[in-house]
Amino acid sequence: MRAITIVRQFGEVALAIAIAPLFAGWIAQCRAWLQNRSAPPLRQPYRMLRKLFLKDAALAATASPLFRLTPYVLFGTMVLAAAIIPSLATDLPFARAADAIALIGLFATARVFLSLAAMDIGTAFGSMGARREMMVGFLAEPALLMVLFNAFLLSGSTALPSLVDNYSAHPSFIDPSVIFAAVAFVMVLLAENARIPIDNPATHLELTMIHEAMLLEYSARHLALVEWASNLKLFNYACIGFALFLPWGIATHGADGGGAMLIAIAALLVKLIAAGAALALIESLSAKVRIFRAPEYLAMAFLLAVLGLLVHLLLGVR
Amino acid sequence: MHPNSFTLPVLNLLAACLLLISFAMLSRRRTQRLITLFAWQGSILFLSTCLVAYSSGLKELYYSAALTLLLKVIALPLILHRLINRLGAEWDSETVFNIPLTMLAGLVLVIFAFGLAQPISMMATTITRNTLGIALAVILLSFLMMITRRKAVTQVIGFLAMENGLFFAATSATYGMPMVIELGIALDVLVGVFILGLFFFQIREQFESLDLRNMENLRED
Repeated sequence: MRAITIVRQFGEVALAIAIAPLFAGWIAQCRAWLQNRSAPPLRQPYRMLRKLFLKDAALAATASPLFRLTPYVLFGTMVLAAAIIPSLATDLPFARAADAIALIGLFATARVFLSLAAMDIGTAFGSMGARREMMVGFLAEPALLMVLFNAFLLSGSTALPSLVDNYSAHPSFIDPSVIFAAVAFVMVLLAENARIPIDNPATHLELTMIHEAMLLEYSARHLALVEWASNLKLFNYACIGFALFLPWGIATHGADGGGAMLIAIAALLVKLIAAGAALALIESLSAKVRIFRAPEYLAMAFLLAVLGLLVHLLLGVR
Repeated sequence: MHPNSFTLPVLNLLAACLLLISFAMLSRRRTQRLITLFAWQGSILFLSTCLVAYSSGLKELYYSAALTLLLKVIALPLILHRLINRLGAEWDSETVFNIPLTMLAGLVLVIFAFGLAQPISMMATTITRNTLGIALAVILLSFLMMITRRKAVTQVIGFLAMENGLFFAATSATYGMPMVIELGIALDVLVGVFILGLFFFQIREQFESLDLRNMENLRED
């Protein structure tokens, strides 16, 4: 294994950790503009993380070691996921080591830990949030898998890097099935990252919370890590979307020069800016649905992904 | 560059959009959203007909594309909007039974339509024969919409969407129907919407709602 790939791997992970809060801040800023509010500065998420890291942590008397361990597990899994997803280059040791199905397993691990930690203290809101999170998760996961299968069918591989490589080797016209998969993917992204049609990240009403309800008992550095992990999760999902649907600019296999890396970083930033604005627009245009409508929403995402597969089988014969 | 090399993927893309809109129609509750979607369906139909006309070099198809634009994108949505404004049903939403189940049924219909279209499209000689399955699926999905909806306006929209599907099937299988027939159908649809609009007022006067369930009961008086 060459040293350059390891350097790149570290660079990619460091970049992901550094700009994940920035991406969240950018979405918040776009939302504020769209809703005619004065926008928070872009570095607001960093300020909040710093404030939280400086504070003293308070733990409930009934908290078990699992509760204290969970923030680190969450942050660790999200960093590992960021290492696996080819957001800048495809020729990375971690990206080659695990395929997209392992990636979904990684996200599921994080979800299980967070839900267990939420139920650990024994408060009503925590366990309510955990149950809702599990419900959304078990409906969103098959939809995400179907979206990925759709992309795998096009490239003939379950690994994201070879998907990107394959695309840059044979740049082709956009396949019809990709529209269905992309719509389904955006729906799953919104649901999985506690965004507006399913959950409102800015709510202060505990009864409507999903993600926030699970974090009610966390404070200080634990809360900072959990928040940072959820920013990273959103960033990771965006990068999966780029790898599946917009794989332009990513440094492919064999492109070793520093120039390819610089282009990749610039492309990633442009894509993140566009994706953040689009997400903010979608969130501002849609209303939060009742929790009982969530299965309907996610069933639609699943069906769209399946339809994508069908359309590919009918039309995609090349 | 031969025109087919880029028109075919674009046509497939448009066909996929058409199917997507049909599913979106199945899942919407609000009547106004349905009309917007219907207008979108019409504009995609317009684009695809133009493309087929361009790639096949048939002048006639441009006329039918223009007819689609005039009738299905501009006239009919406008008429329907005015109709539901007059009826005071702008914010009408209906209790559709179990949307995931309807969507699942729609998925089964799509598989059925694709299977059914496979042998037919083998025999067709047009470049767009692969999209015949999608056209058939759009027709069946509009059927499903008419079956599952209770309100009169949405049933009419389902009927119009079905006509869109038929039109798409005609262009994709045989490069469109003869101009005379197409004009006749267009006129039929227009008149049909006017007559059904009158019916809406009659239905509302009789039952004080546009719910067609009321029509299922026989009344003595």
